[in-house]
Amino acid sequence: MTVAHVLDLLNTVPWWLVVTVKAVIVLVIVQTVFAYSMLFERKIMAWMQLRPGPNRVGPWGLMQPAADAAKMLFKEDLTPKTADPIIYKLAPFISLICAMGAFAVIPFSESSAGIWGVADVNAGILVIFAITSIGVYGISLAGWASGSKFPLLGAVRSTAQMISYELAMTMSVIGVLILAGTTSLSGIVHAQAKVWYIIPQIFGFAIYIITAVAETNRAPFDLVEAETELVGGFHTEYSGLRFGLFFIAEYLNMITVACIATLLFLGGWNAPFGLTIVPGLIWFVLKAGLFIFMYIWLRTTLPRLRYDRLMNFGWKFLLPAATLNLMVTAAIVAVLG
Amino acid sequence: MSIGEAPPGTSNLPIPPTPPAPRSMDLVERVGNTMTLSMGPQHPSTHGVLQVVVEISGEIVEKLEMEIGYLHTGIEKTCENLFWTQSSTGIERMDYLNPLGNALCYMLGVEKLLGVTDEIPERASQIRVLLCELSRIASHCVWLGTGGIDLGAISTFFYTFDIREDILALIEVSGGARMHPNYLRIGGVNGDLPDGFLAKLDRLIEKFPTRMRELRTLLQNNPILRDRMIDVGIIDAKDAVAWSLTGPSLRGSGIGYDIRRAYPYSGYETYEFDVPTRTEGDAYARFLVRLDEMDESMRIIRQVRKRLERPGPIMIDNPKIAQPAKETISLSMEALIHHFKIVSESFRVTPGDVYQAIESPRGELAYYIVSNGNNRPWRIRTRPASLYNLQALKLMAPKNLIADMVVMIGSLDPVFGEVDR
Amino acid sequence: MNPYAPVGIFLGVAFLFAVAFSIVPGLAAKKKPNDTKAEAYECGVEPTSDVSGRFPVRFYIVAMLFVIFDVEAASFYPWAVQMHALRTFGLLEMIVFVVVLGIGYAYVWRKGGFQWR
Repeated sequence: MTVAHVLDLLNTVPWWLVVTVKAVIVLVIVQTVFAYSMLFERKIMAWMQLRPGPNRVGPWGLMQPAADAAKMLFKEDLTPKTADPIIYKLAPFISLICAMGAFAVIPFSESSAGIWGVADVNAGILVIFAITSIGVYGISLAGWASGSKFPLLGAVRSTAQMISYELAMTMSVIGVLILAGTTSLSGIVHAQAKVWYIIPQIFGFAIYIITAVAETNRAPFDLVEAETELVGGFHTEYSGLRFGLFFIAEYLNMITVACIATLLFLGGWNAPFGLTIVPGLIWFVLKAGLFIFMYIWLRTTLPRLRYDRLMNFGWKFLLPAATLNLMVTAAIVAVLG
Repeated sequence: MSIGEAPPGTSNLPIPPTPPAPRSMDLVERVGNTMTLSMGPQHPSTHGVLQVVVEISGEIVEKLEMEIGYLHTGIEKTCENLFWTQSSTGIERMDYLNPLGNALCYMLGVEKLLGVTDEIPERASQIRVLLCELSRIASHCVWLGTGGIDLGAISTFFYTFDIREDILALIEVSGGARMHPNYLRIGGVNGDLPDGFLAKLDRLIEKFPTRMRELRTLLQNNPILRDRMIDVGIIDAKDAVAWSLTGPSLRGSGIGYDIRRAYPYSGYETYEFDVPTRTEGDAYARFLVRLDEMDESMRIIRQVRKRLERPGPIMIDNPKIAQPAKETISLSMEALIHHFKIVSESFRVTPGDVYQAIESPRGELAYYIVSNGNNRPWRIRTRPASLYNLQALKLMAPKNLIADMVVMIGSLDPVFGEVDR
Repeated sequence: MNPYAPVGIFLGVAFLFAVAFSIVPGLAAKKKPNDTKAEAYECGVEPTSDVSGRFPVRFYIVAMLFVIFDVEAASFYPWAVQMHALRTFGLLEMIVFVVVLGIGYAYVWRKGGFQWR
């Protein structure tokens, strides 16, 4: 019995139940991927830094994520007395739910039975941007509600950084939409059956990579946390699992942008060189994994930018560059069809 | 003369009563719409326990006040109650990144007071120079690694600590401990270098240039790093002298003052080396000066390595100062008596005072030692290079970003064991 | 079935996940609060002043600029999807739009809206 048969069987039960089960499965898988991408990052970083990395919990440290989770669970959850308690406690949930919500519309692969994903909507890319951009509230509210200085500075920084780069990010993918003529994620993947958009949209891809790293607050744009300047940034006061929720959200956002890059620029589940013998899902995971590897590589190699340079770069270079890219793309489409 | 009495010829002014020290937070006044922020003592980028109270508007530092003393150990005072031979244990712990340099400076001072400077055997001086230059590289490795972390380049830390690890292993072979070997003695060093030391040193000498090349490739022309350091924390030559900066912080501002050149000790005048100097005076200049210094140190080490081929005595030939060799104690009555005397009551040092400076990785490290003829120092006063260098932060940081202040602190390379003593 | 209904259900499930994440440590984690722990972190010293001061207006300007430009960016989307159909007409329309946008952008640049120091 193949997966396709299971999906056929699922067609007989009510749609909302199917969706709920799918949602649970996707979220459980995504959490597992989160846990192991963290281990993956720590291992890769360790190898790049001449050290073994986590290797005590299970073979090759494979149980390390479980140990970390257990540690988080038993940590005391502190609320500073200067904090606004309700907002302080809710903020991590905003971040996490928005980070998880993006996976609702991501198609991971497809088979004869349909798209492998929870929902396949015709404005998929817009839904992802809509949901993830609410996540910035989690960060800014967390910093503001902590009633402490480092979180406040971190939150103000991060809000400004994230909204600035979100702008360039939304502009950088428009070139793809012009070529594909649709905002549906599965439609964009189908349009890349012949040639991946990384080739005609190489500048758009470069801008997307830069903004994606900045948008997810990762090195070299990790000024939100910038532990050597702002101690812990917006989550300085958080402890226990509430801190963990921010951590999960950050990683899920990383996985989300990796998935978007795969879908929009790297051909989604389309196999390269006609290697269709390998299932599409594997290709999807490999491409997204490659993107995450690039994140880790950047983090081990590059120092952090200074804040004013970051903002200048975003507003004065990336935004005009992204606009130029999309206008040139539009001109080419207009002339050549 | 009793222990507490000042020796003749030294100043004996009454010490004025000290007023209660105000807290730095009260010193910093709020100007307009600013926020007072305490960075440190428990902050990842203040290199230990520096507390910088800053007035910020947004991200710009308007005013700042530094509070030091969180790591005060009272080593100087402790030394007054220890024999001349015992003090070095504490003194090595002041500047914990350059323990051998501290010990050397103290030893040189006491030797000068004893008037035996010229009797120190050549081989002992060579070993001292070798270990001090190794320490300099190790210290710069820590500075480079932690400086990298300040800027978010975490991997640098591991690459530099790999070099440092090799050096600490070498120091362990020589003296038995990695950080504070207490290997130098007044009058020489404690025992000759053991077998296998030179082979290990050769391996390091061979490996070092490759490692340095890698570090330079990774860091020197890195655009982000250049952007973070160029034109940040500029000190011009006039200010550098006025604020009494020394070491790489001074040489980065264009003044090639190096104690090893200006007032050579331990035979530095016989080695061939350059004093790297740059004129820009910014954090990047100090960064390059330190990188070049690591190469220069290795150049000195290579020269010492050649000279160490020749064996020789490693301790002064003066039984009043040098402990007799262990194996002679059971054979010679004289040796037994000298050993007993040195261990139980040390030796007496001619009354007088001496100022001895050496070039530590951070600059002019000096000890002002006063003896009143007793078997203990009457007073030891340190001139820690980083205490003076650190003050320049007040000159550089105002009207700059917090992120730049972190770079500035890093570029001065303060060590708080030394600043607070 | 509305194609967006699964998104809503998914968000609901995500919410339940988040609630589960908060209930478990609520039961498992130890609770021993004291005054020192409840103090805001300021590098190991007592907080020097409260945080309810004013903040530079620069950040607010960024937020405003974001709102303005993001609305403009949103209007690119429907045009982009129809580009194959609109061809030269769409291109000319958009050039006009971008020029108008560019004038505003240049104005903000001139006024120092993107200046950080």
